[in-house]
Amino acid sequence: MRRLRGKLAPYLLSLPSWVYLLCFFIIPLGSMLGMALAVGDPLDGYTMSDNFSEFVNAFTSFEDSFIRSFWYGGLSTLITLVLAYPVAYWIAFYGGKHKATFLFLIMLPFFVSFVIRVLAWEFILSDQGFLFGSLKAIGLLPQSFHLLSTSWAVIGGLVYNSFAYYVLPLYVVLEKIDQRLVRAANDLYASPVSAFTRIVLPLSAPGVFAGFLLVFVTNVGDFVNADLLGGPGTYMIGNIIQDEFFVNQDYPMAAALSSLLMLLLMVSILAYSKAFGTDAIQEYAA
Amino acid sequence: MSSAAPPIPVEPPGTFGQRILAGYTWLMILYSMLPIGVMVVFSFNQAPNGHIALRWIGFTLDSYRHAFAIQDLTGALLNSLMVGAGSALISVILGTPLALALARYRFWGKTATDILIFADIAAPAVVVGASLLSLFLALNLPRGLLTIFIAHVAFNIAFAVVVIRARVSGLDRSLDNAAADLGSTPWVAFWAVTFPLILPGIAGAWMLCFVLSIDDLITTTFVAGQTLTFPLWVYGATKIGTPPQVFVLSTFVFVGGVCLALFNFAMSHRKQPAT
Repeated sequence: MRRLRGKLAPYLLSLPSWVYLLCFFIIPLGSMLGMALAVGDPLDGYTMSDNFSEFVNAFTSFEDSFIRSFWYGGLSTLITLVLAYPVAYWIAFYGGKHKATFLFLIMLPFFVSFVIRVLAWEFILSDQGFLFGSLKAIGLLPQSFHLLSTSWAVIGGLVYNSFAYYVLPLYVVLEKIDQRLVRAANDLYASPVSAFTRIVLPLSAPGVFAGFLLVFVTNVGDFVNADLLGGPGTYMIGNIIQDEFFVNQDYPMAAALSSLLMLLLMVSILAYSKAFGTDAIQEYAA
Repeated sequence: MSSAAPPIPVEPPGTFGQRILAGYTWLMILYSMLPIGVMVVFSFNQAPNGHIALRWIGFTLDSYRHAFAIQDLTGALLNSLMVGAGSALISVILGTPLALALARYRFWGKTATDILIFADIAAPAVVVGASLLSLFLALNLPRGLLTIFIAHVAFNIAFAVVVIRARVSGLDRSLDNAAADLGSTPWVAFWAVTFPLILPGIAGAWMLCFVLSIDDLITTTFVAGQTLTFPLWVYGATKIGTPPQVFVLSTFVFVGGVCLALFNFAMSHRKQPAT
């Protein structure tokens, strides 16, 4: 009896979460796919169809926004990586007793709502705000200068909001590196640069890629930065999905667009787990 | 050509480089804090026509005096706090057993579970929101506080599992075995031995879920219907001019959150010597 219970224990323990995620994560993804295939409108109801043309349709009509989302997402993730790596490196290697304190300081922005952080940036970057307005008043900036409504404002907002999310996985993997390896490399006359590129960088690769995946996927799907910091020319795929759901009420189109986005997620996760395995996959996530 | 030259003495790694890195880290911390500083400072600014002014006009405590004057906003904040506390609690209750299973057992379907948890964390908020909305539309379930709650638990469970699992992995399994040897049932052993030891992890997970829930805008826009949470209210207000109360209330949330986190940090460190 006791033996049987021991065998069953992991299944019983995982059951509640599995049931919940099945009902409210996996099944919804299925029903979204189903809705993308549906034909009809909100008033007359929908019927299922097997035409996949909505997907082709979704991609071709919003090709620009798709490309823009991937461009913004990719570039902002890359910039975040470059900004976050040295910080994670310094805290992991030289943080000493205060590692937790530094991480806490990096995490502080999380205590302010995401939308408020974006709003504060809109505020800081506004054309006549306390920063640019004052610079214009004393003639350091031309009157026509503006940053809001440009692609750079959107990318900047995305970078700011993903900074802490990228420091964490980088810190987790850098912290595990045995520092004697670096010292050994120094003893063997490796220059600091080659010690870094040949030891530290390869060993931190799983964190670099895990963070890249998390930040990239989040940023590609974001619409708040584009909405508050961008302008008409910065529409991302998230903005379109929102519009299709709530302004045009074209549910099949909205569902097809988000299904395409989900496809991106699945491909990325598959690629990552093929490359690095699934064992440590969560460790870098939170 | 310089093979005969004496080896260059190896500098102890980065005294100079280290200083640059330290300065850079502090600079990035300042950058992280910049919008928050602006928010706090401008919550003390005069707001002549009920909107936040873009320039500094003059110091006032008016916005604090009337912090809760906008009833809808206060209501939205209460909704957020309620959904946050509740969904964090449910996520932790559902997530703790799974975290135990993942940390302590090898079982069929473990890889699938790992991927599921990771997918739940990595899934873009737009997709989580849109897919849940598709489900609710198909079920004809009216959108409101309940659907927001369901959605928040859906994305929070995974974070709860990861945080608690890390704590469980750090535990000495022999303590549990000792309890079993002394004749206690797994149920008793869990509550008497394991639970008190992983409690800091559970508290940390609850905090994280609470923060993520209060923070969420994107998923919530899809499933909220007419109900407003704090971020939704603020997002709506950005289109028509933001009242200063927005900055005041989020300053409160910020200060409260930091105090709670410091308290949790102090508590878990106080217990450290005992383990």
